[in-house]
Amino acid sequence: MINRNQLLTLLIVFAIIGTAPFLITRESTLNTVILILYVALLGQAWNILGGYGGQFSFGHAAFFGTGAYSVAVLQLQYGINPWIGLFIGGLLAMGVALFIGFASFRYGLRGSYFALVTLAFAEVLRILSNSVSFTGGGVGILIPLSRDPANMQFANNVGYFWLIWALCLACFLTVWWLGRSRFGAWLQAVRDNEDAARALGVDVFATKMKAAALSGFFSGLAGVFYAQFYLYLDPAIAYGSAVSIESLLVPIIGGMGTLFGPLIGAAVTHLLAETTRHFVGDVPGIALAIYGLLLILVVMFLPRGLISIFGRIGGLFGSRRAADA
Amino acid sequence: MVDPVILIPSLINGLTTGALYALVALGLTLIYGVLHIINFAHGALLMLALFGVFFLNQIFGIDPYWALLIVPPAMFVIGYGLQRGIIGKASHGRDENILLVTLGLSIIIENMSLYFFRSDTRTVDTPYSFEVVEFAGAFLPLPKVIAFFGALITAGLLWAFMSKTDLGRAIRALAKERKGARLVGINVDHVFAMSFGIGIGCLGVAACLLMPSYYVNPQVGYGFVLIAFTTVVLGGMGSFVGAMIGGLIIGVVEAMGGLFLGDSLGQFGIFAIFILILLFRPTGLLGHKA
Repeated sequence: MINRNQLLTLLIVFAIIGTAPFLITRESTLNTVILILYVALLGQAWNILGGYGGQFSFGHAAFFGTGAYSVAVLQLQYGINPWIGLFIGGLLAMGVALFIGFASFRYGLRGSYFALVTLAFAEVLRILSNSVSFTGGGVGILIPLSRDPANMQFANNVGYFWLIWALCLACFLTVWWLGRSRFGAWLQAVRDNEDAARALGVDVFATKMKAAALSGFFSGLAGVFYAQFYLYLDPAIAYGSAVSIESLLVPIIGGMGTLFGPLIGAAVTHLLAETTRHFVGDVPGIALAIYGLLLILVVMFLPRGLISIFGRIGGLFGSRRAADA
Repeated sequence: MVDPVILIPSLINGLTTGALYALVALGLTLIYGVLHIINFAHGALLMLALFGVFFLNQIFGIDPYWALLIVPPAMFVIGYGLQRGIIGKASHGRDENILLVTLGLSIIIENMSLYFFRSDTRTVDTPYSFEVVEFAGAFLPLPKVIAFFGALITAGLLWAFMSKTDLGRAIRALAKERKGARLVGINVDHVFAMSFGIGIGCLGVAACLLMPSYYVNPQVGYGFVLIAFTTVVLGGMGSFVGAMIGGLIIGVVEAMGGLFLGDSLGQFGIFAIFILILLFRPTGLLGHKA
């Protein structure tokens, strides 16, 4: 019952977001909405493995960067259309996730150790992409401009809006499914108590691997979107720590292991950054410093994220059942 | 085969760099051994200490080595305060939370430095910056030689402190058995914060020894944080001797990587070691079973 309501809420929320291109005429405002959706996708991808699976990755850039580089390199070197590159990018990112997952989960890496090993893998990929020639090395890679929807390049922001809207919706629907499926229940059981889950017959390794695959796939799609939107990549953008940090920041601030947490986190962090920029001016550092502060405050005072505030407000208006249960 | 005339200087150079890595890692391993915290803000705090050394030199003309009397105690106070005021309170008893809080701290420290100091790279000029010492065919910058011996002395002092003083014993007791330590009357919160402070104080020492031969900018910590993690994991989390040996190995691996693979791939070897150790021997070379 709750899940059906959740699906309805999800569809309504996305329908409302879908009115943005009709209501918003200013290019820069629509841009903000696009970036919020893009960050929500990054965060939701992390949320699958980190929030639902309890495996804290500090290196999601490994998947993001692989998706981004795939679509760019396939276009430039092999002339493969980015719409096909989108899926190849996602699948290659999934492959990287499976590789890292296989290496780590096989040896039972947990908690902080898993965080460190993912971070190291992203660093290795950054160093490699800096040194090999087909990624353009340190100079980076520039996707030639050809504004045609057939090339996944759009004349204005509206096209990009629908692209990221659709990718985001696909990811959120997947996570909605995760919340009600047997697999999702296994995954959350592994998160809450791995040994108990194993004792009950859950295949812990396979469950974690599947979560890593899904998480890597959507993170790769976010990378593809980034490449097509900005048409430029270099090793620090693709595999640098900024993407890894943004991926985990957003769902943690919004609410880990919840369907809407990443969306709330993306909107709050982005609007906060925009507001600061409005008052302080475009100075380097301030926006990120605020993200850091927000992260500490949330971990200290709202361990279940900003979304738990909504729960509390909801509790004030009527049904006490949630509090009693 | 590479000519020994190139190989040996490169090896010695790697060892001197490695001693500094070891010094940075000592603080990290102390903090991990006692608090079981992976301090993600370690690099950012090192950067802060480097800026401290830099500004003492620029504004008051204090030599980086004299700054040893000021910066490490100041870093100790910062570390003590961070643990008591923020990290200890936010943990809620979960490792991941501590990792996230220290990540948040590092984001704040790095970006506030970026805001105040801009991303310029700064160096300190000292009369001895360009002096060299010849050893076994290698010409080593004097500051690096001093840093090498400084790192060894610091490690020795730390070891003596841990084994001979009451506080050192309390710290070790806490590392082994939290409940027991509390039962025999050790003030757990205080000793935790003391260990964190001492670990961060080590960074102050490292900053003073590093500055004459190195540079500082707001991003400088990030490179160190990964190397320090590698060193600590390689040596075994919580092991001092392990951190020293690990640091030296990492220094040599980096120098050899640079020699054989070229500069852009030089650090590749470090992360390859990191991943392999994490996967196959997460307790490190000298660590105990977790």
